[in-house]
Amino acid sequence: MGLTIKHLLGLRGVSEQDITLILDTADNFYEVLQREIKQVPTLKGITVVNLFYENSTRTRISFELAEKRLSASPLNFSTSTSSVSKGESLRDTMRNIEAMKIDMVVVRHGAAGVPAFLTRCTGATIINAGDGLHEHPTQALLDMMTIRQKLGRLTGLKVAIVGDILHSRVARSNAWGMATMGMKVVACGPPTLLPQHCAPLGVTVTDSMDKALDGADVVMMLRLQLERQGSGLFPSIREYRERYGLDLEKLSKLPKNVLVMHPGPINRGIELASNVADGDHSVILDQVTNGVAVRMAVIYLLGGGENA
Amino acid sequence: MKKLEPLMDAQALDRALTRIAHQILERNHDLHNFGIVGMQTRGVFLAQRIAKKLGALEGIELASGVLDVTLYRDDYRTAFKQPSVKVTNIPFDINGIDMVLVDDVLYTGRTVRAALDALTDFGRPKTIQCAVLIDRGHREMPITADYVGMSVTTRSNQEVALKVMEIDNEDSVWLMEQGPDK
Repeated sequence: MGLTIKHLLGLRGVSEQDITLILDTADNFYEVLQREIKQVPTLKGITVVNLFYENSTRTRISFELAEKRLSASPLNFSTSTSSVSKGESLRDTMRNIEAMKIDMVVVRHGAAGVPAFLTRCTGATIINAGDGLHEHPTQALLDMMTIRQKLGRLTGLKVAIVGDILHSRVARSNAWGMATMGMKVVACGPPTLLPQHCAPLGVTVTDSMDKALDGADVVMMLRLQLERQGSGLFPSIREYRERYGLDLEKLSKLPKNVLVMHPGPINRGIELASNVADGDHSVILDQVTNGVAVRMAVIYLLGGGENA
Repeated sequence: MKKLEPLMDAQALDRALTRIAHQILERNHDLHNFGIVGMQTRGVFLAQRIAKKLGALEGIELASGVLDVTLYRDDYRTAFKQPSVKVTNIPFDINGIDMVLVDDVLYTGRTVRAALDALTDFGRPKTIQCAVLIDRGHREMPITADYVGMSVTTRSNQEVALKVMEIDNEDSVWLMEQGPDK
């Protein structure tokens, strides 16, 4: 009854059964998080290394909390305070950490493919917490968990993902996972921020926000990566906001039970108006809560039994 | 697994639960300070039925809870097949109450051990009592049941299989043995 995958490197190629098992398990961990004592002894004695080569607050804290809620021992590793700054290679770092008897590695790295590479240098279980422009699978899983929790199902729902699709690993993981779960995904953004050869499995691409929002059950706004301003990909922040920002006016044309999501951190007043981010349709904080439950489920399911 | 011997039919099962309900009442006089919790999966339905009988005897509505002990098991690292995490839902405060924990079969005692651990995360009941439909022996821990539907002598290669109307479309208990079904 366990997962068929040994590592979570991405959602591409992960079966509907595996995704459903993770989401079902996460629903039950959600209940654990509502208890007065929000900790279970399940992973006592299991050490999980959080190997973060890129900045992150939400994802790192969420993983660390998930590990602690399961009674695993988290070991945090950030590049600024480690031998990486002395030039140690990724492979050597991994081998050294493994020599200290660890069970699982949660890795975030600026280069795509690092989690897959690590599976070849270690026997530990690898979980991808974001690699370059490739994938961020736990984010997509928590997004799907939130949608299922609020709307009761995934199959047949239309999701508009709006923003910088080109540079978004969140969009990629969601596109793969949601297509597997039978959802209709529309990716929308300025033509310069849309991938040239995308449309994996039935994902529709458009530069028209009206088209993307038409009939959408879920609107997922991506963060405009301000560090890319000046690279000529979009004319100005003001113009971007006018065309691709979500405000109350655009929201008013959508169905009453539409969900507004954002993976964070939000640029308030750019891709998302403040009164929308904090409004009735927003499930942004539910996403954060569910993130802990989904990560507990992934760690639990990958860590036990034969996999250990 | 093949069927070896019937242990209970629907009527015997119902009578056993009725007797357990009466025994629970003998020991617990104040059902307003009382809670009953069934263990996943089939203990849940047994607890619901006992709660209904207790409610009918005393003329009150008695809710029952659901407990899944998967996260408290002691074999996470070694289990060959990973058990799936199921729903836990205890819709009442367990602090200071008399509690009955209901399971279908008492065998090694490890599930009850896990349940006791789980309950301490929900509060501190005044008492925790244990009711089981079948006690088949072979304990690996110092655990015993307060209310027993039937004690059966079994061998360790045998199994006790309970079916309940709610999910199996029949009420029955069979002693099973390894080997092809007839």
